[in-house]
Amino acid sequence: MKKLFDKRRLTQVICAILYNCNITGFAKGTIFRGASKALCVPGLNCYSCPGAVAACPLGSLQSALVGSKYKIPYYVLGMLILFGVLFGRMICAFFCPFGLIQELLYKIPLPKIKKNKVTRILSYGKYIVLGILVLWMPVAFGYPAFCKYVCPAGTLEAGVPLLLKNEALRELADVLFNWKTGVLLFVILMVIFLYRGFCRFICPLGAIYSFFNKVSFFGVEVNKNLCTGCNACVSSCKLDVKQVGDRECIQCGECIAKCNVDAIKCKRNVRNVEK
Amino acid sequence: MKKNSIRIGLLAAAIVFIVIGCVNKEFHDVFMKAVYICLECIGIG
Repeated sequence: MKKLFDKRRLTQVICAILYNCNITGFAKGTIFRGASKALCVPGLNCYSCPGAVAACPLGSLQSALVGSKYKIPYYVLGMLILFGVLFGRMICAFFCPFGLIQELLYKIPLPKIKKNKVTRILSYGKYIVLGILVLWMPVAFGYPAFCKYVCPAGTLEAGVPLLLKNEALRELADVLFNWKTGVLLFVILMVIFLYRGFCRFICPLGAIYSFFNKVSFFGVEVNKNLCTGCNACVSSCKLDVKQVGDRECIQCGECIAKCNVDAIKCKRNVRNVEK
Repeated sequence: MKKNSIRIGLLAAAIVFIVIGCVNKEFHDVFMKAVYICLECIGIG
């Protein structure tokens, strides 16, 4: 399974590069304005990142809700449903640059906090963030609240590189930028000690995709006829899963090697049938 | 079979939503938001 792990890291890196391949944007302090920005990437990737060549699904959803007057944002919802039904939270494990950043930060050799009952409770936090900051506040108050007050990907990928290159933007930075920088530093510290802490407790995009985990075309699933119920998969998982493929599972596939009876497999397609 | 029906149903819904969004030119709204620096996203306000 080391091969699968290496493939996953390679996929993460390729996605991070593909999503942000507008290299000249970093050099000039500008953002890409090509047609591909009408499309959303599946992972969390700020569209104001100088390198970003496509739109952020979460930012696009909030933006659509800001101007919606309670109309349904079909286009962005359609893209989210499409990504979700195809991959579920596999997107978190394979296709999200901020997931990659968190995993790399977790490699820093400092003491780690293992999952426990508290982290399981905290895992509901992302649904609160989704409901309040992403869905309610943009409609009620007219601004993208998650982007404005929380999103560390926006601060790291967009805020920092743009302000470094643009004196005019630096002059505008005030309390809000300091707040967002503080949130970013908090998240960075958290994920050094807590594996994918942002994914588990805060990320509303992961919350959205979690609704599709059990029905996604791709991902991992357990053959219940082979499973002995030993829970080796759950015990070895660093996330707050109760079973493989539940809402907390990011479908990374690392549990496949932990199963002694080969009961965990990658899903194939819509015709995959229980043996 | 039920799971497969849900998958196909969601896939169909996604495609229908995207098509409706394209007809309504909502993709243009996404584009227009994405090609200008989002001041909220970068912490300016």
